[in-house]
Amino acid sequence: MELVNPGVGLIFWMTLSFGIVLFLLSKFVWPMILGSLKEREEGITNSLEAAKQAREEIQNLQSNNEQLLKEARDEREELIREAGRLKDDLINSAKVEADVEAKQIIDSAKAVIEQEKSAALSELKNKVADLSIEIAEKLLRAELSVDKKQKGLMDKLISDADNQLN
Amino acid sequence: MIIRPVRYFLVVILLLFNSLSFAQHTVENNDSHSANEDEIEQEEIFNAGDMILEHIVDSYEWHILSYGDFHLSFPLPVIVYHDGSLITFLSSAFHHGHSPALFDANNNIINSDDITHNQSIVFGLAVMHDGAHKGKLAYINTDEYLKHHQIVENTEAGMPYDFSITKNVLALWLSLIFILWVFISVAKSYKSRKGLAPKGIQSMLEPFIIFIRDDIAKASIGERKYEKYLPYLLTIFFFIFFNNLIGLIPFFPGGANLTGNIAVTMVLALFTFVITNVSGNKNYWVHLVNTPGVPWWLKFPVPLMPIVEFVGLLTKPFVLMVRLFANITAGHIIVLGFISLIFIFGNMNPAVGYGVSVVSIAFAIFLTFLEFLVALIQAYVFTLLSALYFGAATEEHH
Repeated sequence: MELVNPGVGLIFWMTLSFGIVLFLLSKFVWPMILGSLKEREEGITNSLEAAKQAREEIQNLQSNNEQLLKEARDEREELIREAGRLKDDLINSAKVEADVEAKQIIDSAKAVIEQEKSAALSELKNKVADLSIEIAEKLLRAELSVDKKQKGLMDKLISDADNQLN
Repeated sequence: MIIRPVRYFLVVILLLFNSLSFAQHTVENNDSHSANEDEIEQEEIFNAGDMILEHIVDSYEWHILSYGDFHLSFPLPVIVYHDGSLITFLSSAFHHGHSPALFDANNNIINSDDITHNQSIVFGLAVMHDGAHKGKLAYINTDEYLKHHQIVENTEAGMPYDFSITKNVLALWLSLIFILWVFISVAKSYKSRKGLAPKGIQSMLEPFIIFIRDDIAKASIGERKYEKYLPYLLTIFFFIFFNNLIGLIPFFPGGANLTGNIAVTMVLALFTFVITNVSGNKNYWVHLVNTPGVPWWLKFPVPLMPIVEFVGLLTKPFVLMVRLFANITAGHIIVLGFISLIFIFGNMNPAVGYGVSVVSIAFAIFLTFLEFLVALIQAYVFTLLSALYFGAATEEHH
């Protein structure tokens, strides 16, 4: 009987003490623990979500990078090609210019030579003419001392000059 | 691999020697007491029933151990409401339950050494050894005690209002302080380690807290209303679980059979009962008074269904009370029973006692492990059923 006969004192103290502890725990302790648990669970969920997003972003970035790399490579190739073309053009145009210039130089040199030649020729002609005149003068002086001889010589000289000029 | 069995063997041997010496002293003590008090040469044999009951019921002192004539126990305050005033004294006045506490007209305790017939003894209190109020504090027949030195209950005086701080009350306070300390420190670590992984005691208790929240409260009460009942469910779960475990520790501060005490389980069941009925909605009360889906003739001339429902209402807390009490007490009785076997056989012949002790200790160890499981299961069952009752009381529609 003792076993199943609840004592009044124990009921009283149990109700009082358990009630106080229940109140204290429910008021201060459980809300803190449950709140932190909830917060942490939400935090974990959010972090997982964020990690997933970050992963996706990284993937996007990676594909972007590849795209950029490809573009850069293309551009480089284009540039190289362009440079090659430019080089060829430059060389070609330089060649053409050089040719033209060389031709001009040659031409002008030719012209100068021609000029010089004609100048030299004319000078030579003049000199020859002068010399001829001098000689002729001297001869004439000598010849013209006799009148007959003067006239004959004159004719002969004129016909010579005619022959020579024609 | 070789060391293991040796270690187990040593543990068994140690337990065995301890138990046997305990047995002999118990017998000797009983002998000396009976010789001193009753002067009767009566060979008192070991009474397993008394020993077991002594270990599982409440007590006015906390007995830790006896060694020969030396008793290590401490007295606890006795508080009695008598005739409009509170009387407080230490239970050492009972001399381990062997003598009564006698009072004069001013409610002052009279020293038992100078008791004479003509002293003004008005009333006496003693712990009953037998009868209907065995183990309880009761008024005694003072004349009978003075004449024959026997403690006889004064049945006409009724029962005193006994608010003593008994062994179970002290164990209750110790366990509540322990629970408060544990959970305040856990709450602190939740606060200081916000958003971090649990650590230490926090990580040990967190699975239980989450289990109660998700698999008991949410599952039984529903997503919308469970939060209101969660603190209570957590409190009773940990109160029952911790006290079940503390009850399995054989020495102070364990050893009090708190959750195997009917008063404690009764209060717990009443808390659940009150919360259930306070939070009961219209649907719940309609279901109780006018059960839907039942033929009208079961309700109208003879209100059979309402009676059945009402009985069911009262049965629920009663079953909660008895289940926890019986499970825990039965576990203790079986363990103590196996230990008692050693003394019973040892009284026949010490050699037989030694032989039986091996088997008894093995069974007691096995049962103690079983009790660990029961400690958890009973805490779970009590909490789950409370949650189911709350769920039924707050259910909206079928």
